[in-house]
Formats: sequence, structure tokens, C-alpha cells
Amino acid sequence: MSKLVGAVAVAGGGIAGIQSAIDLANSGLKVYLIEKGTSIGGKMAQLDKTFPTLDCSMCTLSPKLAEVSRHPNIELLTYSEITGIEGEAGDFTVKVKKKATYVDQDKCTACEICVSKCPAKVPNEYNEDQGVRKAIYLAFPQAVPRVFTIDAQHCLYLTKGKCGNCAKFCENDAINYEDKDEEVEINVGSVILSPGFTPFDASQLEQFRLDHPNVITSLQFERQLSSSGPYEGHVTLADGSHPNRIAWIQCVGSRSPEIGRGNCSSVCCMYATKEAMVAMEHDSELETTIFNIDVRAFGKGFEEFYQKAKNEKGIRFIRSRPSGVEVDPLTNQLSLKYEVEGDGINQEEFDMVVLSIGLTPSESSKQLAEISNVEIDDLGFIQTRIDSPMETSRPGIFVCGAVQAPKDIPDTVADASGAASKASSLLASERGTLITEKEYPPEKAIGDDIRTGVVVCRCGINIGSIVDVPDVVEYVKTLPGVAFAKEEVYACSSDSLEGISDMVREHDLNRVVVASCTPRTHEPLFQETLMEAGLNPYLFELANIREHCSWVHQKEKEKATKKAKDIIRMSTARVNLTQPLYTDKVEFNKDALVLGGGVAGMTAAIDIADKGFHVTLVEKGPELGGLLRTYTTLQDGRRTEDIIEPMIQKVVSHDTITVFTDTELVEQEGAVGNFTGKLKGIDVDEEIVFGVAVIATGANELKPDGYFSYGEYSNIVTQSELEQMMDTGVDAKNVVFIQCAGGRNDDRPYCSRACCTVAMKNAIQLKESDPGRNVYILYRDIRTFGKWEELYTKARELGVVFMRYTEDQEPEVTDRTVSVIDFLLGMNFEIDYDLLVLSAPMVTPETNETLAPLFKVPLDANKFFLEAHIKLRPVEFATDGVFLCGTAQAPKLVDEAVSQASAAASRATTILSKDYLETIGNISVVDPELCIGCGRCTLVCPFNAPELKEIVVETEEIIYTTKKSEINATVCKGCGSCAAECPTGAITPRHFTGPQIMAVIKAYVEGI
Amino acid sequence: MAETEWEPKIVAFCCNWCSYGGADTAGMGRFQQPASTRVIRVMCSGRIDPLHVFNAFLEGADAVLVTGCHLGDCHYVNGNEKTEVRYQFLEEMLQELGLESDRLHLNWISASEGERFANFIRDVTAKVKELGPSPLKPAGVS
Ligand code: FES
Repeated sequence: MSKLVGAVAVAGGGIAGIQSAIDLANSGLKVYLIEKGTSIGGKMAQLDKTFPTLDCSMCTLSPKLAEVSRHPNIELLTYSEITGIEGEAGDFTVKVKKKATYVDQDKCTACEICVSKCPAKVPNEYNEDQGVRKAIYLAFPQAVPRVFTIDAQHCLYLTKGKCGNCAKFCENDAINYEDKDEEVEINVGSVILSPGFTPFDASQLEQFRLDHPNVITSLQFERQLSSSGPYEGHVTLADGSHPNRIAWIQCVGSRSPEIGRGNCSSVCCMYATKEAMVAMEHDSELETTIFNIDVRAFGKGFEEFYQKAKNEKGIRFIRSRPSGVEVDPLTNQLSLKYEVEGDGINQEEFDMVVLSIGLTPSESSKQLAEISNVEIDDLGFIQTRIDSPMETSRPGIFVCGAVQAPKDIPDTVADASGAASKASSLLASERGTLITEKEYPPEKAIGDDIRTGVVVCRCGINIGSIVDVPDVVEYVKTLPGVAFAKEEVYACSSDSLEGISDMVREHDLNRVVVASCTPRTHEPLFQETLMEAGLNPYLFELANIREHCSWVHQKEKEKATKKAKDIIRMSTARVNLTQPLYTDKVEFNKDALVLGGGVAGMTAAIDIADKGFHVTLVEKGPELGGLLRTYTTLQDGRRTEDIIEPMIQKVVSHDTITVFTDTELVEQEGAVGNFTGKLKGIDVDEEIVFGVAVIATGANELKPDGYFSYGEYSNIVTQSELEQMMDTGVDAKNVVFIQCAGGRNDDRPYCSRACCTVAMKNAIQLKESDPGRNVYILYRDIRTFGKWEELYTKARELGVVFMRYTEDQEPEVTDRTVSVIDFLLGMNFEIDYDLLVLSAPMVTPETNETLAPLFKVPLDANKFFLEAHIKLRPVEFATDGVFLCGTAQAPKLVDEAVSQASAAASRATTILSKDYLETIGNISVVDPELCIGCGRCTLVCPFNAPELKEIVVETEEIIYTTKKSEINATVCKGCGSCAAECPTGAITPRHFTGPQIMAVIKAYVEGI
Repeated sequence: MAETEWEPKIVAFCCNWCSYGGADTAGMGRFQQPASTRVIRVMCSGRIDPLHVFNAFLEGADAVLVTGCHLGDCHYVNGNEKTEVRYQFLEEMLQELGLESDRLHLNWISASEGERFANFIRDVTAKVKELGPSPLKPAGVS
């Protein structure tokens, strides 16, 4: 490679692109995040809640949006599209078309006056065309960037030369009707494709009657559930009333080879279950029914979620997919016809029908693939391989998220970090070359005198028309500590920001309060202004007199004015007690420890080592390869050794990887950047020091003793045992598979995710090697999710016989026969078998229970390791510097383990690539004089920041040892839980101190 | 001031990530609410020390609202679970001091639940107005 450029273009600003961008930017690379729409956030921003924990989607997403918008190494190009990619890995030239927004991004303060004056109404695409927006608009309230855009297709001025209201009313002169599209060229070393998916267009399938107002798509339903949606969170029929009976039809646009959509969309069963559950939380009388082919609850916690939905919440799951929606021509009533197992056809009426639409590649993503010159598969998804799921056919261009295959949020996030890992390995030598750090003037000394400056913002008419701003300013001047106060029309406009700097200098101020809008969006902006003026950013307070005052008391101007005064008085009381806070830079150890030498552990080790860091790879068994060694073939037909052996070669020949086999970690202490541990094994007894750790200790196939006579007869084997047999040829005419053998029961309530796909692959091989052989698969649900559905289709085509059994009527096994009640036909069958194969679930190794407490990380109910957040932090623990991947986290397929392993490597690299570990300013600190060493803080902190340390106290009379808590500044996040727990008041969160909070309370209650 | 115009003083502790955002969303959605409440922002509901709540009553607050993210949504993993535990203790203590139960509330509000925030303020304000000034209010505080 001749040249390497330390920058990456990420195409697509959904959760995938966001995660890739954050990882890369935090690893010292410059990122251009290119998004077609006006805001980043993607489909996740449209979701109400996320399965299976029913977390609020926007709540977990918006901190990420904010992080992107503030990140100095990320340049956001929204409303932009890639039009060309030239060059080669390491040095690409990417052409980007930036569409005209007709609004000057630097002048717009998002005051929304233009919106209230715009007469043009356009279907609101954020709400899936339910309700309207204006022609000048913000995609959604939390949109990033927070800049308005004129939709040129609908703007009356731009289309007909009429109106011009927005320009007339904009007080900042931000409207520019002359704006033109712009072509820019950026030079990057790598490109990541993350354009996501488009929901299947169900209007193509007329039989589903999307033209009927009460037939809606699942995404429309999602918007209805959202409190920021078209009906403020109330599910609503066309006539304005609320439905009593809702049906979901699954697999609309999925598992339908006849229309070219043969894949399963992986997420619909769970989102439909979630939607039904949330809707029932809103209305407990609601009756919900989900019509499905199989319920594909295959991910972590999904099966448990499904069982809860079915057994506790009363959601009806009917295993039949209606072929269409019936509409009574006279009454317009909706009904569905469906098959009842062994009992003919039933017809039932519903008030609302929700179509669970599948995930498909969008036209624009196909175009992007073409521009990028990467291969796509028959379904239009970008083609990758099992052992390199983030690599496209063109070197240097990587892929992540649902454009590669339909997948859910955590898999997308893992992919995204994984793709970032690949790009950052390629550009490892260029880390830090293209990023800039902002320089601020030195901070001035603040002295003991409190001199607070207050700026009261009118926010155009937003505050100014309700709150009497001049009166407030006069009042504020009388408050203790206030040396200067003034009003501004828009405090956040660039000239006002300069004005704040000038004000600080001219009046020699040492504290600042801005009374305007919410700190959640504007605090960082003003803090930066303070830094530019030579003041510490913590000497600032935002008084929220817009969202919390003028906007919610629009009819009570006097009360609003009084409240604004209260709020500012409270804010000055607080700011007067703030002190400058500083971050600390700490040197740290940059080696990584990877536990587990399977595919996940090896991939993580290689990915970290490729970035120039030293890795110690520890395997408890005698050789590398892990669980995959017990299998012989992959779903794509390759041999497992074809991927294991090259990986082992790479590991052992890598300069910076040290491998220990037959070895275990037996002791571990410390925190991120400074862990110490002890390795013990045959001939090994070593102390090690490391900065980060990856837990990739894997899982095993259950020996299903006691299930279906396993262990009693020699012709009953597990899937992995079958694979070993198949190598020498299987001599059996009648082969029966039983799925979920030992899984999805009271002992192991989870679904093991991989077994259906593995069974399909083996059934196909058995059939192909001897077409005359009979193969039966007895199953509860077939869960060949995503693209693997094609194996299920193929198995059926080859004549594999499928019979569904239920958990209450399990097949009975004797030495030669299996008897099963086929659920669909309602009949009992006796099958003679020569070979019985059990699909047993993956189970955790016992060592999890010793490893978890060693690292102080949690296990889930099934003893798999429990990640920090099931959606957005799938490969890390809440404890900083400790990561997880592969089947240690949950059962999964090889490509998923590889993607997670690269993701863990990427997350680890965001730490390792720093020069120093930097603490945040607003952490908590312990006063050792007051600490009594009770250790309650160590119990409440989820990050393991406080630690009891033994110290020697010397007084004049005696010398004794005692325990005192000490908070590790590099780990503390400043939440303040420990302070509320401390019985002696020894702990202070530095920016939310007890005296500050008390002062605010006092300032409020005292009144004017 | 006429009796009917008495406006209670309600302190609402909100966590930065969810309930404060809920109050913001109420603003963005223009969900009108009585001007009875002042928000005190903390990073996590887990920061709210029972002492702060006692103090608010002793200074003269008529009601105190402890709010945070829904369980499972806490930005710091589980701060709100600890809040819940401390809240139970608080409730008992305040009851012993003779405070009516409608003066202290625990509520989980997500950043998107603007309407829920506004309704909550409306409900609590109505109840507290019925109760009148807090019995713990020091003399001279309105
Ligand atoms: S951050 Fe909201 S409760 Fe912890």
C-alpha cells in the first residue's frame, strides 16, 4: 500500500454508522459520517421501546446522537449522498453530494418560528406518513444536527415562487432560497457501508389491504405507540376511537420466495410481541393476536420474553399465516381467515390489523453497493463470508448492520464496532494524524469574590412573549453574587456567544448563568464559550426557562415570569458554589488479556494485536479452536478447519500475541489501565499486568443425558457427534432429528439460536449424500433466522420431512422408534430410525462462576455473561476495560461470534489508543477524615469505582491500620449514588455537592 | 393574597437522562401545567439523598417529587433501584413525622414521556392544593 490516510468515511447514520463513527473517532481516526436524511438516528429513532427489555429507544439512543454531534473527530455530512468512490484500500477519494437545505446552518438557532409560519403541510415521514409536518422542518424533536431544512419539493416559494414566510419571519436571516447542491471530495483510508434497510413495501401485496385505514404497518404501529408519535402514544383507529382487538400478521415480505423475499427478517417476531405487550400496557382490556409461521425468539432473553408474552400477558400466538386481509364490503369490517390445527378454517374479526413488514435492502443501498463496487447477494444484501462478516469483496471497504443481512440492534451494534475494528487495523499506523485538538486560552484565576454574570435569553418570541424578560433582568441584578446581567434575543447565536466572552472579560466575571433552554442540548455549547473566555467550564449553569417555563405556562404570563425569576435565583445560588474542576491524565498499561482460545478469542486477539498492542491469549484447554473444533462443516459448505487453521497460524505467528494453553487466570485485581493477575497452568505460573481484558471463554454443547434416551442407546447422538460420524460416512437409512433436546425447558429456558441452522445444514448433507435416505426433523419452532432461511427452504425441497411437536407432548423414544404427535395434523406417527440425532443447546462452562466474581462482572439467569446494555453495549461490561464476545455472552453462530470479537477488539482499542486515561471532572471524591470504612459505597457502585483500601493512621498516641474508601477517578462516572448511600457524608460528587443542592432548595423556598 | 390563589411549592428532583428530559419534552410538546414546581437536576436519581428531601420539607416545600428513569433504563445501570430502596425508608420516616403521603412521590418518567410529566405535575398540584401548606413549613415561609 503506497499511502495510508487516517480517516474513514461512514455511509449511513443509523445506529450502525453512529457506533462505527464513535469507535473510530475514539481510536484517533478522523471520521466523515455521511447520512442521506436530515438527521442521524436511523430506524432506531422511530422505535418506541426495544425488545426484550422494553427500554425506551430514544432514551438510549439520544446520548449517542449527542456524542456524535459534539465529537471533535467526527464531521457530520447530513442530507448528503456518496456519488463515487475511487482509489484503493488506504487511500480512497469519496465524492459526496450535499443537498441544499436552504437554511444557513450557522445562523439557524432552531427557534421554530419558521415552522409556525409555514403554510405547506407534508406527510410526516418520521411518523410513517401519519399526520403532517411543515415544508420547513426538523425530522424529529431530538434530531441531530438540530438545524432546520426546507423540503424543496413542497416549499411554496421554491416550487411556485409564492409565500416566502420563513425568510420574512426568521430573525436570524438564516433562510437562503438560493442555496445550491454542493459536490465535495473527501480523502479517506477506508469506507464503512452502513445504510441500513428499508421496510418492505406492503402495498405491493394487495391482498393485505394496506389501503384500508385500519390496516397499518408495524412501523406505523410503532409510531402510534410512541408518546412523540401522531397520537401521543394512543393507538388510534381511523375514526379516532381505540381498538379492542388487534391482529399482527407476521412475515409480510419475509419468508416469501414467491416474491423474491425468501429470507427471514430476524426481528419481526420479537418486535410484534413487544408491540403487543406495550399496547396492552397502555390498554389492559386490549386483545392481541399474533399470526405466525414459527415464533423466532432466538436471541438472548427472547424465548423468555415470548413465554412471558404468551403465558403471563395473554397474547395469543396462532400458528397460521392468513393469506390476506378480508374486508366486508358493506361494513368495512376487517377479518382474517386462518387455519386451525387439524380443524379446518376459522374466520375472525379485528378492529386493527398490523402487518409485520420485513427488512429489505433499499434501492439507495443497492446503488451505494454499485458505486462502492462491492458484491451483493441474490436478495440484495451486501455479500460477506462467515469468517469475515464485515469484509466486502473490495479491500478497504467494510460493511455493518442490516445491509449485510436482516438483524437486530445489538447484532448491528456489534457489527458496527467490528467494522470499525477492521478499518482501524488497516489504518493503525495513521492513528492521530488527521485529528485536531481544540486549543483554549489558559484559565484565569477566579479569586474568592463571586462575580456572576447572567444572560437572559428571549429566544425570539419563545421566551420573550411569555416571560417579561426586562423585568427578570432587573430582578436578577439584585441577587447575591450577580455582578452583571443582560438580555439577548438568541443567546446561542454565534454573535451572542462572542458577546458572552466579551462580557466575561469586560466585567471580570468568574461565574456565568445563561437563562434560556435545556442544558441537555445547550450546556456543552455555552461551556465551550466559557472555556474560550478563559473560564473553567464547571463555573456555568443553565437556567431552563423555556422548556420548563415559558412553553408550559403559555397562558399564565405573570406566573411564568415569577417562575423564571425563581429558576434563575436557584441557578445563581448553585453557580455561586461551583468550583473549577479538572480532569486528570493518568498513564496506563496498554496490554490486553484475552481469555479463551476459540474463534471469538482468537479473532479478538488478532484484531487487537493488528493495531500494534500486545495481547496475552489464555486458553484453558490443550489447543486453540474452541467449540468449533467439535463441528466439521460450516453452513456455507466449507470445512471448519478451513477457518480455524489459518486463524491459529495467524495467532501463533503474530509478533505481539503470546499464547498460553492449558492455563487459567486464577487471580485478578485492579481497574482499567492497571489490572494485575496470575496465570496458572501446566508449567505456567506467571504474574501479568494488563490494561484491558476480553472474556471469550465460550460455551459447550450440552450432553443431553436423560433427554430422549440419550446415553441409553449407541445410535442416539448429538449434532456435533453426527458431524464427526459424517466424516467417515453415515450408514443409516432413516435418520430422525429432535430439536430443542434439553433446551427451552424449565432447566434451560433459553433458545440456543444456532441449532436449527446447524440441523438444516446436516440434514441437507445427509440428503445430498444419499437422496434415498429418509430424514425427519421433529421441531417446536424452526428458527433459521435471516439468510439461513434458505437452508430450511432447501431442506424441504430435498424432501426432509418436518413435524412439529409441542412442549407438552414431546416425542417418545425407544431403541428403534420415535413416536410423535404431529401438531399440524393432530395425528400420532411412529417412525423407525437407524440414527437419532439430538439438537442440544449450548451451555456455559462451570468456570463462569469463578471468573465472574474475579472480574466483578455479572452473569445472567442462564449463567452466560451479562453485558452492560443488551441493545447498545453488547460486548462490554459496566466495569470499564472489561469486554466480552462470542458464546460466553449467549449462544450464537460463527459469523456472529467473529463480529462480536472484532467489536470487543474495537471497543478495547478506544481505550488502548489513548495517550492517557482521562478522568471526567464531575467525579465523586471521598473525605478520608469522615470515611468509616463501612464499604457501602463499594456495594452500590455499578462500575466498581470505590475500593476499600487499608491505610495506616498515625496519631500522637497510637498507630493503627484501618480501611478507607478510595474512588478510582478513571472509573467513576459521577452519578453520585455512592454519596447518597454514604452514612457519614464522606463522599462528595464534585459538581452536585450537598451544599449546592441544599442552596438550590433554599433559594427556591425562600421565595422572592 | 386570596386563599384560592395559594400556589404550593413543589420540588422535583429529576435525573439528567430521563425525567429531566421528560420535563423538556413536555415543554417541546407545549403540555401546559401548573406553575407550582421547580426542577432540581441531578445526574442520576441515585444521587438523591433522603437528607435533601427532608431538607426541602424543613425549608418549606409543600411536596417533593423524586423522579428518574424507568427501572432498567438508568444511565448508570441501576441507580434508580437504589433510589427505590431509599424512597421506602423516606416514606416511612415522613409518615412518622406526620406528613401526608400525597406530599411525597416517586415516579419514573422517560425522556419521551412529556405528557406523562405534565399530567403528573397537574395531579400532584391538585392534591397538594387540597391539602394546603405543609405542616412542616417553618413560620414565615409562604
Ligand atoms: S440516570 Fe436516570 S435514574 Fe439513573
